[in-house]
Amino acid sequence: MSTLVYVPRDSGALAVGADDVAAAIAREAAKRKLDVTIIRNGTRGMSWLEPLVEVATPHGRVAYGPVTVADVVSLFDFGFLKGDWHRLGQGHTEQIPFFKTQTRLTFARCGITDPLSIADYEAHGGLAGLHKAIAMPPAEIVATVTESGLRGRGGAGFPTGIKWKTTAEAKAPQKYIVCNADEGDSGTFADRMIMEGDPFVLIEGMAIAGIATGSTKGYVYLRSEYPDAIAVMSEAVKLARDFGMLGPKVFGSDYAFDMEIRSGAGAYVCGEETSLLNSLEGKRGVVRAKPPLPAHQGFLARPTVVNNVISLASVPIILDKGAAFYRDFGMGRSRGTIPLQIAGNVKHGGLYETAFGLTLGEIVDGIGGGTFTGRPVKAVQVGGPLGAYFPRALFDTPFDYEAFAKADGLIGHAGIVVFDDSADMLKQARFAMEFCAIESCGKCTPCRIGAVRGVEVADKILHGEEPAKQIALLTDLCNTMKFGSLCALGGFTPYPVMSALTHFPEDFQPRTFAVAAE
Amino acid sequence: MAVELSAREIGDRVGAIVDACASLEGPLLPILHGVQAEFGFVPQTALRLIADRLNLSRAEVHGVMTFYHDFREEPAGRHVLKLCRAEACQSMGGDEIAERAKAQLGVDWHGTTPNGAVTLEPVFCLGLCSCAPAAMVDGRVVGRLNDDRIDAVIEQVRA
Repeated sequence: MSTLVYVPRDSGALAVGADDVAAAIAREAAKRKLDVTIIRNGTRGMSWLEPLVEVATPHGRVAYGPVTVADVVSLFDFGFLKGDWHRLGQGHTEQIPFFKTQTRLTFARCGITDPLSIADYEAHGGLAGLHKAIAMPPAEIVATVTESGLRGRGGAGFPTGIKWKTTAEAKAPQKYIVCNADEGDSGTFADRMIMEGDPFVLIEGMAIAGIATGSTKGYVYLRSEYPDAIAVMSEAVKLARDFGMLGPKVFGSDYAFDMEIRSGAGAYVCGEETSLLNSLEGKRGVVRAKPPLPAHQGFLARPTVVNNVISLASVPIILDKGAAFYRDFGMGRSRGTIPLQIAGNVKHGGLYETAFGLTLGEIVDGIGGGTFTGRPVKAVQVGGPLGAYFPRALFDTPFDYEAFAKADGLIGHAGIVVFDDSADMLKQARFAMEFCAIESCGKCTPCRIGAVRGVEVADKILHGEEPAKQIALLTDLCNTMKFGSLCALGGFTPYPVMSALTHFPEDFQPRTFAVAAE
Repeated sequence: MAVELSAREIGDRVGAIVDACASLEGPLLPILHGVQAEFGFVPQTALRLIADRLNLSRAEVHGVMTFYHDFREEPAGRHVLKLCRAEACQSMGGDEIAERAKAQLGVDWHGTTPNGAVTLEPVFCLGLCSCAPAAMVDGRVVGRLNDDRIDAVIEQVRA
């Protein structure tokens, strides 16, 4: 009987040599005349252990990692195909504390199945949500999603069910479901992981959204920086079409739904929904003024649901298990689970899906295990390049939309980037402005010009030119950008800047002083 | 490598790409991606042809093409090395890796080495934030960069 060996195909694993490891295992097995089948699964999300090789044993899957090509011969020698001891052995995958303590709903199959096997998908609970949706009146699907408390996981946290209801009630000959897969925030990779590791769950979520709102066409706007995800999603859409999951009659029902994968072209601002829609239409990715809302006039001025990947990928389990099941996880008005992405200078980085409500300290020190370098944590940026920097003093903030807003931050797409004490917060503040200047779409003045001025002001602070005056100017500039910008790019750039200034004022002191004092 | 393409040849190949995208809603980005995949950049003459076919002005097509970081007006080097400049990579020493790469290649961002081997590009996030610092070499991802690993990457592409 063939032994199943899993070597992830997730780009996080490919980036650290998973293809070479898979090839080496195949070579060594052939040399030893052993019957081994290698499955290229998604990732379990424990990035520090990648490439994480798993072997199916009668007692469950056993993990080894991080495996390099040089380790392969010794893995065979020590009997890893039977799950025997090896210095890289991590024991049963599902017993690894980082994995065991999670609540995996959206990522239930990611890392377990072959991403491009519909049979595997169905065997692990896939398609149950879509079958239930087909049998329900569309209004009831919308009501279920609303009752589940699911909020947009892209960052804004808008209730998904309300968006769907608006589009469902709009009258038009053609409506659309657009999946925002332009995951540009540094520190985030949940969208990429689900698309590379369990693409059918996104397709299923989009089909359900289509049925619920009367939309027959879907688009996934996927950033060009993710070529591996584009390849997997494109293949998955073809397979889904052949399987009858997409097409003029979804699983033989009266509902039609089909979809296309579209590649972005390197503009961060296209993660903003209206600029994404312009880009999808073949225009410059310039932000639109709202109203009209995309739900009324979106793609090609027709009613359009624009949802983040994780929002849509969370829909199948809500339909399958019911609104109450999902809503019972979480705290306050933040219901369900959130895939935390723990990244940067951290010992145990990766994806950790859990109910809302853990504190930032529990996440960074507990789950993440502190910094990779072993130095003290200085700051944690939550929510991407537009998110605030949190000092240790705010580590008791619970992970919840409202609690983060109260602490002058945002959870955004739930990316958490850890910095050790070598971080220079003035440099980080300057970078936030520089990034905004590079990526501004140019439509509104506070963002287009404010960001350029912000870089100049930061440079003056660095060079000690009238620092007190410059800090007052920077604060004023941030205020203008926050309240005067059309979208979150200009409007939220003040978060990293002002949080750096508020929590780390010592880094904004003139550098010449520090040198002179030594 | 510097083979001059005739206007006619460009016309035929661009025409075929536009035809293939004709049935799409919002076809301009897929067309520009197709043209860049075909030629390695978007030739100026292509803009006029695309504009005519889509019933747009040349200025509109130019405006779209120049809005996006991906589209090039000139060919890149034989290899493209993209280094992530975003925060997660910064926290793991990405800036130092970038300085090292620039010094070794003798180019700044967007520059191409004099022998035409490598173009160095910044990229803002490859989604490899938990195995930072990260890079992409000709569409292939590389993570956990350190001095040795970036040197090895540069060694592969610089010749």
